[in-house]
Amino acid sequence: MIRSFFSRAVSTLLLFAGAAVILLPFVWMLSLAFKPRDEIFSSRVQLLPSRLEWNNFVVALTETDVPLFLWNGFVVVGGILAFQILFAVPCSYALAQRRFRGRTFVFGLVLAALLVPFHVTAIPIFLGFAKAGILNSYGALILPFVPTAFGIFLFRQFFSQLPPDLFDAARVDGLSETAIVWRIAFPLALPAATAFAIFSITAHWNDLFWPLIATTDPHLATPPRGILYFRDQESGDDVGPLMAAALIITAPLVIAFLLAQRKFTQGLAAGGLKG
Amino acid sequence: MTRSPVLELRGLSRRFGQTAVLDDIDITVPEGSFTALLGASGCGKSTTLRIMAGLDRPTSGRVLLHGEDVAGKTAHERNVAMVFQSYALYPHLTVFQNMALPLTMRHLSSLGRMPLVGRLVPGSRVARNLIEKKVSEAADVLGLTDLLDRKPSSLSGGQKQRVALGRAMVRDPVLFLLDEPLSNLDARLRVKMRAELVALHRRTGKAFVYVTHDQSEAMAMADQIVVMIGGKVAQSGAPRDLYGRPASMGVATFIGHNAINLFLPDDGLHGLHPAADRAVIGLRPEHLSPAANGALEARLETAEYLGSEIILGLRCESGTEIRAIASGDYPIPAPGSAIRLGFEPGQLHLFDRQSGKRIEVTS
Repeated sequence: MIRSFFSRAVSTLLLFAGAAVILLPFVWMLSLAFKPRDEIFSSRVQLLPSRLEWNNFVVALTETDVPLFLWNGFVVVGGILAFQILFAVPCSYALAQRRFRGRTFVFGLVLAALLVPFHVTAIPIFLGFAKAGILNSYGALILPFVPTAFGIFLFRQFFSQLPPDLFDAARVDGLSETAIVWRIAFPLALPAATAFAIFSITAHWNDLFWPLIATTDPHLATPPRGILYFRDQESGDDVGPLMAAALIITAPLVIAFLLAQRKFTQGLAAGGLKG
Repeated sequence: MTRSPVLELRGLSRRFGQTAVLDDIDITVPEGSFTALLGASGCGKSTTLRIMAGLDRPTSGRVLLHGEDVAGKTAHERNVAMVFQSYALYPHLTVFQNMALPLTMRHLSSLGRMPLVGRLVPGSRVARNLIEKKVSEAADVLGLTDLLDRKPSSLSGGQKQRVALGRAMVRDPVLFLLDEPLSNLDARLRVKMRAELVALHRRTGKAFVYVTHDQSEAMAMADQIVVMIGGKVAQSGAPRDLYGRPASMGVATFIGHNAINLFLPDDGLHGLHPAADRAVIGLRPEHLSPAANGALEARLETAEYLGSEIILGLRCESGTEIRAIASGDYPIPAPGSAIRLGFEPGQLHLFDRQSGKRIEVTS
């Protein structure tokens, strides 16, 4: 009894220590975002500001392009997710529940694609887009991520666990294969879709690599790309509004994750990716 | 009374790779009949049903619906309904939506099926009212009216079964296909649903094809039984014919509540029939009972008292086991005592030793 209490106390303590290390930068960001300018550069370490400086947020939202960056992030992330689901769901349904020649081979290709990091294909894609003249557009930011091996794999694992009888029943009821995908398979896969959406949104909201390569137009900057412009302009001078902007940019993700947390873990468990 | 056939399978074969699952099957389903496909698991009865439904394609042979070849048509175009063993209800839809889906697909255009927007499509209001009417009618018949807003996960097995039947009923199909629909229910409910299915069959007047591995289910409900063994039709006919004149040893062992006694020529029971030294003799336990001047003598080993009858387990001189049934008031002798058993000569079946086929008794 005492032994188990002791080991639990140790593991909880270690978890707290780990969490503190990971959370410290975020806490510091939170702290700076609310501090008045004179307190930011004081030599003493002081976590709580003496008074809340809302002006940092006002500056970030009105005098800079942060709202534009947020909008760009929204368009790009939303576009990527919508197209990913539009293609990945029918594709994985076919891989899981249809019999056709070369099915195993195609699924093998999907698995192989999982192994290739995006950075390997980035240069060929860049050259291709440059030839096609579509760099510096929303399309250039969205298109490379539409075919998603991870999404196809996740949905396929989910669909292959559904009983084939269900789809036969739908065929008898007169649903076309497309109708089966969107009326039966996709609604059932919502937990898996939520998990996938969180992966996709986090990855592309935070992506800096590709926006840095594919766009030079500041009006197309996604939030992380935008923060870079921000810092250049202000040369690190105006830390308060910068931190406020960073907070505004990180917040949507954290809030979205907290809202979807339960669905997210459910989806991972259902998708067979547990552990 | 000759009834025109709804569905005919002619010379149907189906192979998966090298293995032949169905081998030259001929089945005729008459209008309004209740046909049972009876067989052990793996005999190809479910594959036959899937081919009837249009979910699977035969390797060779023809499927005729009202005399017309429907090989290239989908289940929906054939207008057949199917009830699955697992019920296959859509878990994310309510009972109402489950039952309405086949009608939605038939009566509403793809735009009309959209949520919200669909209501603005001309004609969709009429179609929606029609669907609502048909679903509530079916729900009324099946006693589902109070459950229409529930999801399948909150229903009991029997209720799910009824929803699956309702989904099949609403669209007024030419043929009902049922794949072991009662096998997931407990024994008591199974007997109850049996009666409900027969009532439903009478009410709709449509042909039912019912797949089962339970001979008592088939005997109780069907007016035509097709016994399938190893991908072939072993015998088809009325339950009475199958019981009274089984076409082969396989059918004889499959049909009947009590397993039939089979005596091989080597068993030395030559007194039973003049042909006993050449052929296999089949005698059902219920036709074999204690009689003072019976042709068979055997020693009693076990006796199971069931109230109305007693099942006797005996062993004869040569070591062959025999099961016989005595009436409930029969005084059970001590185990080990010799009993003489008698039977009506007309109840005796003769089968060819090699092929297992029936030999007509002439004497």
